[in-house]
Amino acid sequence: MENGQIRIQVKSLNLWYGEKQALENISLDILTNQVTALIGPSGCGKSTFLRALNRMNDLIENVRTEGEVLFEGINIYDKSVDAVELRKKVGMIFQKSNPFPKSIYENVAYGPKIYGIRDKKSLDEIVEKSLRQAALWDEVKDDLSKSGLSISGGQQQRLCIARALAVDPEVILMDEPASALDPIATSKIEELIFELKKQYTIVIVTHNMQQAARVSDYTAFFYMGELVEYDITRKIFTTPSIKHTEEYVTGRFG
Amino acid sequence: MDKKISHKPSDIAPDGFIRKILFFGIKKKNKNSLEKRFRLSEFLAEKIIAATSFVSFAFIILIFVFVFREALPIFSGYTDKQSVISDELEQETYGDIPSESSDEADRHEELHQSEEPVTIPDLLSTTWQPVSLKPKYGLVPLFMASLKVSLIAVLIAAPIAILAALFTAFFSSKWTKEILKPSIELLAGIPSVVVGFFALIVLATWIQDMFGLEYRLNAFVGGVALALSVIPIIYTISEDALSVVPKSYTEASLALGAAKWQTALFVVLPAATPGIFAAVLLGIGRAFGETMIVLMATGNAALFSLNPFEPVRTLSATIGAEMAEVIFGDTHYNVLFLIGALLFIITFALNAIAELFIRRRLMRKFGGK
Amino acid sequence: MIKKRNIIGALVVGITGMASFAVVASIVVIMVNIIAGGMDTFSISFLTESPKEGMTEGGIYPAIIGTFLRVIIMTLVGVPIGAVTAVYLSEYASSKSKFAQMIRFAVNTLAGVPAIVFGLFGLGFFVQFVGQGMDYALEGGSGLRWAQPNLLWASLTMALLTLPVVIVSVEEAIRAVPRELREASLALGGTKWQTIRKVVIPNSFTGVLTGGILAISRGAGEVAPILFTGAAYFLPHLPASLSDQFMELGYHIYIMATQSADVEATSGIQYATTMVLLFCTFSLNFIAVVLRYKMRKKMH
Repeated sequence: MENGQIRIQVKSLNLWYGEKQALENISLDILTNQVTALIGPSGCGKSTFLRALNRMNDLIENVRTEGEVLFEGINIYDKSVDAVELRKKVGMIFQKSNPFPKSIYENVAYGPKIYGIRDKKSLDEIVEKSLRQAALWDEVKDDLSKSGLSISGGQQQRLCIARALAVDPEVILMDEPASALDPIATSKIEELIFELKKQYTIVIVTHNMQQAARVSDYTAFFYMGELVEYDITRKIFTTPSIKHTEEYVTGRFG
Repeated sequence: MDKKISHKPSDIAPDGFIRKILFFGIKKKNKNSLEKRFRLSEFLAEKIIAATSFVSFAFIILIFVFVFREALPIFSGYTDKQSVISDELEQETYGDIPSESSDEADRHEELHQSEEPVTIPDLLSTTWQPVSLKPKYGLVPLFMASLKVSLIAVLIAAPIAILAALFTAFFSSKWTKEILKPSIELLAGIPSVVVGFFALIVLATWIQDMFGLEYRLNAFVGGVALALSVIPIIYTISEDALSVVPKSYTEASLALGAAKWQTALFVVLPAATPGIFAAVLLGIGRAFGETMIVLMATGNAALFSLNPFEPVRTLSATIGAEMAEVIFGDTHYNVLFLIGALLFIITFALNAIAELFIRRRLMRKFGGK
Repeated sequence: MIKKRNIIGALVVGITGMASFAVVASIVVIMVNIIAGGMDTFSISFLTESPKEGMTEGGIYPAIIGTFLRVIIMTLVGVPIGAVTAVYLSEYASSKSKFAQMIRFAVNTLAGVPAIVFGLFGLGFFVQFVGQGMDYALEGGSGLRWAQPNLLWASLTMALLTLPVVIVSVEEAIRAVPRELREASLALGGTKWQTIRKVVIPNSFTGVLTGGILAISRGAGEVAPILFTGAAYFLPHLPASLSDQFMELGYHIYIMATQSADVEATSGIQYATTMVLLFCTFSLNFIAVVLRYKMRKKMH
């Protein structure tokens, strides 16, 4: 692995849904200001792994986690860690865009507001900045009071990205953010990811091999709850060291 | 759900608690810490919500406790009769319907003299005469009456409701459905006192004229009126049961060349039987406990008879008619609570059995997938 | 063969159709009867006047006010407690929690308990137990103020009766809020309570409202529980405090139809009162149906 500053360090992470083990002994380092793609067939544990990084799995009953996920040198599964504080720093974009049934403005301002920012001027600034970062500002700047649900699917997903950016996270987790979108909207999201990695560390789950190859710097291949191979994306897609990876990325199964 | 991040009381030792409040504002600005924080609003919200749930739970438990508690003294003979008589409502004689009323007029002159404990055989006798020199608390005629009226009601309501449910599920066009469903909801929304009023004033006369009956108010009139309030329950649950029968059943049958009605009667209806049975049970339970309709339409005479055209006094109507004029703590009072407890147990049992059937149906449904 | 099959088929459709028709017809018959019987007596002054001449004339003003007060108190107590309990069940309690299972079991049981049993509870618990305790505590046991049927006890009894309706429908409404919205809020660093307050409750508001209205409508028409917890036959004045008895529409119908000296003479009043009660509960139900329809439409 090349040098780089480690943002999240995962050490022998195991996770169970009830009796069923979903992640087995995963260890991997996620590097700052890089895009890390998680690939693998459905049910391989890539989404579960992603949700383990900001403890979204806490919300599911019967989930048990072992091992360490170090963020800023602290194990986020340590008892003293506040999951709410963690999620402020490790944001998440979901597969299905999920804007609140509120106005575009209120969607973006939601996070800052719950952190106690009440000042209208600051909120306006945050909203504009976040929408610009999400490359949505020009399209919606005249309709900020329109419902977040009234815009197109691709715009909704970018609105969700803007909403996540508004709370100034350090890491952004994306769970197949473009899987429900048409090619044009998808390419917009991909361009956006390219821009965002300058400031943020991004982990993205994707089904789409080309997308992983296009947007990511590093790629992790998951299979049956295990991390099969993790390397620089170029290497994974050209000369993977494990045969299984090669079979998957060349489309022989999955 | 979110157990790991919730704040258990043990997290907050008193001194820590105060410290956390004092430093609340400062910690908030300390942006780099992932350390667990104490959030007062979060803590209060959870505690208040849990406490409120406990209150509603406590009240539900209290209902069980109090109804049974007030019923128990009759078996011990202990009655904490009070000097305070609870009938400052002297003027009222509940359930005293003009067409009936023989021994009730002199009710108030009589005193409750003997306060011996009521025995099980007393309760199983066939005479209900709570207000007389030697009160008799035989529950059998009341129980029979409830049974009689409920059965009449369900015998009328179940076929109508189930057939209507079949019609809705298979044969109705869109617009008939749009009339039928709100109609059922409307029917369910009619207060029972209104149904009782209608039965008492209108229905009773019609039925009397139609059959040339001796008594205007009787078990049959009560049963017919009760059917009106039972139909919505049976209909709703039956329709639900019919609609969850897997589409594949219907399609398989239709593909074999069966007509729609054959599919409905011979494929879907049998598959939905447990649910429909549950619906009928719930209907009986509802009919058994319903008070206002029977109080107004059945004539309220505690006769022991099987004739459906004679007046009856059901368990529920007995409570409704007599409770307001008994003395708090005396045997009659306790016996009425015993009747209440009995109603409680009976409806509870019926509901439990019905639920069992509905569960089994669901299990079968999911088992098939 | 085919012919016979068709005939049976037509018969089946005919019979089931007739059953459906019977249901609709019975409602029409009841409504037509009651409106026809009550129309002549009904007037604005019927709504605004007190009963006169030993209740053989005059209006039902006190009964309307009594019903209104009862429903208001019942709602103020029952709906918040029920709604909060629903929030607890759906948001805070884990599905394995014994306490939550116990609440659910109790709520299910409560929903099947006959209304008259609630009346017994109201009498045994509120009137005799709590009331006597209050009299003892407040007036040293000398006076008789709370240990008798009154507006407060009747309303509280009713609140309990409607509790299962509120809990079940609010919980349903809350569960209908998509998981994605909760996750969105939590992933932004929202706390649980913030998520409930800003996302879950606003998005289930229509459902909560529907549940509340259905509960009110059920409570407004129910008479059995107040027979001996607070309703009065006739009162010359409106209830001035919670410890007063009150007149009530449903109870008024019952009394007038079964106990009045001359049932024939008051027939018009009985019909008109019934008409008013029916109108009230139907309007409430209608509002609930419309709200539910809107909610479903919004969700798709």
